[in-house]
Amino acid sequence: MAAPAKTKKRDFFDWLHGYTGQKYTTTLLFLLIPIILMILFTIIPAANMFIFSFQDRDQFGVNPEWVGLDNYKTIFTDTSYLSTFRNSLYYLAGSFAQQAVALFIAVLLCSKIRFANLFKGVIFFPYMMNGVAVSLIFRRFFQKGDGITNTEGTLNSIIQMFGGDPVKWLSNPDIVNWCLVFASIWRYIGFDIIMYIGAIQSISPDIYEAADLDGANAWQRFWYIIFPSIRPIVALQLILAIKGAVSVFEIPYIITGGKVGTSTFVIKTIDTAFTYQHVGLASAMAVVLLAIILVVTGIQKAFFKEDK
Amino acid sequence: MEENTVHAAETNELEEYRKRKESYKFRETPKAVRVLFGIAKYVILIGACLLVILPLLVVLIGSFKTHDEYITTNVFALPSVPQFGNFATAFVDGDVMHGLLNTAIILLISCAGTIITGTMTAFVLQRFNSLFTRAVKAVFLVAALLPNISMQVTVFQVINSLGLYNSIWAPCILYIGTDIVSIYIFIQFLNNISRSLDESAFLDGASYFRIYWSIILPMLRPAVATVLVIKFVGIYNDFYTANLYMPSKELGVVSTALYRFIGPYGAKWEIIFAGIIICIIPSLIIFITLQKFIYSNLVAGSVKE
Repeated sequence: MAAPAKTKKRDFFDWLHGYTGQKYTTTLLFLLIPIILMILFTIIPAANMFIFSFQDRDQFGVNPEWVGLDNYKTIFTDTSYLSTFRNSLYYLAGSFAQQAVALFIAVLLCSKIRFANLFKGVIFFPYMMNGVAVSLIFRRFFQKGDGITNTEGTLNSIIQMFGGDPVKWLSNPDIVNWCLVFASIWRYIGFDIIMYIGAIQSISPDIYEAADLDGANAWQRFWYIIFPSIRPIVALQLILAIKGAVSVFEIPYIITGGKVGTSTFVIKTIDTAFTYQHVGLASAMAVVLLAIILVVTGIQKAFFKEDK
Repeated sequence: MEENTVHAAETNELEEYRKRKESYKFRETPKAVRVLFGIAKYVILIGACLLVILPLLVVLIGSFKTHDEYITTNVFALPSVPQFGNFATAFVDGDVMHGLLNTAIILLISCAGTIITGTMTAFVLQRFNSLFTRAVKAVFLVAALLPNISMQVTVFQVINSLGLYNSIWAPCILYIGTDIVSIYIFIQFLNNISRSLDESAFLDGASYFRIYWSIILPMLRPAVATVLVIKFVGIYNDFYTANLYMPSKELGVVSTALYRFIGPYGAKWEIIFAGIIICIIPSLIIFITLQKFIYSNLVAGSVKE
């Protein structure tokens, strides 16, 4: 928007008209807004995050008090914070299973099969769906009927059809996390499937032909051709799963509100900041999460340097 | 040139396969086993599709039930008379209408903003190689790693002090200002647009702004389409930004409008179901019309990242 005004000004300065001058002005003008936005919403918050993490302060920052490493100590000694990391393990296990199933379905969809596009579309669609909608759908899916305001949910209805007894899926701390992991897989698996299909289809058809001539069966095709060529992607996905597992938020936040032992590190961070108003402690938690992500990214970069 | 290298890579793969083959033992599978596998494939895929469809089907059936039917009949039982009133209640009283409208406004502003600032940033960062642009690039690279939701702990104070709290501008400006993925998609696309175009235009006396506006921007159209799809999915489905920054009732978006059903309509699932169905329809329409494009761009875009 500011460009026309600048153009006029440029007439007064000869060098501004030239190659270098224009480079300077264009760089400045084009990056002005993005850099302001970056300073406001990335650099300042990131710097504050580090500073606040050593303070005891509330949302308004009145009389913040320096507390040194106390916030970090709390995170690593208080069991209510540590236990959220244990919940991450459920999601980590879940995403490993998700990768295996996704790879399996991708291989099936790449074999000679009818209606492959229909299958693909149906399984992918949850990825496009609103997270709140998905969460509400799974509230109903796992719901335990009480005979007054609610009938049995979808899963219990199916169990009853086969003569089983209804289960309290979402209020039993031993199984609730697995239910949430299931909802999470349901939502995201389609994405992985499409990604694996893309990788499998990029394998040269010559190799398949050669293998066919050699009389390889389906399993051998997978093990000797498909798997070796997509192994880097699988490894990358497994590393990314760690980042995903520590960053889980939406599904447990909406389905159970983080209750019954389903809180995750991010839910705890948000609650600490906005419900309990401990901005200092919450900042320290955000720093810890960032540290984990940086370590994982470091590992990822070290392993996947050559293939970009 | 590029085709040749791809071809070479393929021949390499083939050679590697031939080398490895020496150690493989191939056995012909009996026909009966092959037929069995053929059937098992369909059983597994149909099973997977049922897992996706069943939870949705229950919601669809439930959205047409009366409240009495909801609390007395089985989840799979069809309503005796389909009730369309639930949809009206969810749409008007449940504020889904406002949600769709606000989401549309936010989408429009954020997409326009991202395309303008994103393409400009990418143009400068990709075309001009100076210490400054490299520094900016490095900062963007680090910024992309910051955990989005946890960052809100301190982003909140900035939004608040700018007076943007509880305004529709808060999510808009965050969607524009913190979107690094789009910039990367534009940069990647620019890598494949020859510099000789800009240079000859520059020698003809065109300013850099003109080069950006009349040469680069039109050529970036496919990248813009990719970014639009990613933005739509991201913003339409985003819950936390709106939940945190727009608490007032009339500022609900699709996600928060649905989320707020849990309170007043907590016991009226048939209305919640209707709300869910209404909110899914736009995604479904976009998915069906752009299926192939979504597969190739949404997924390819994220892998490159």
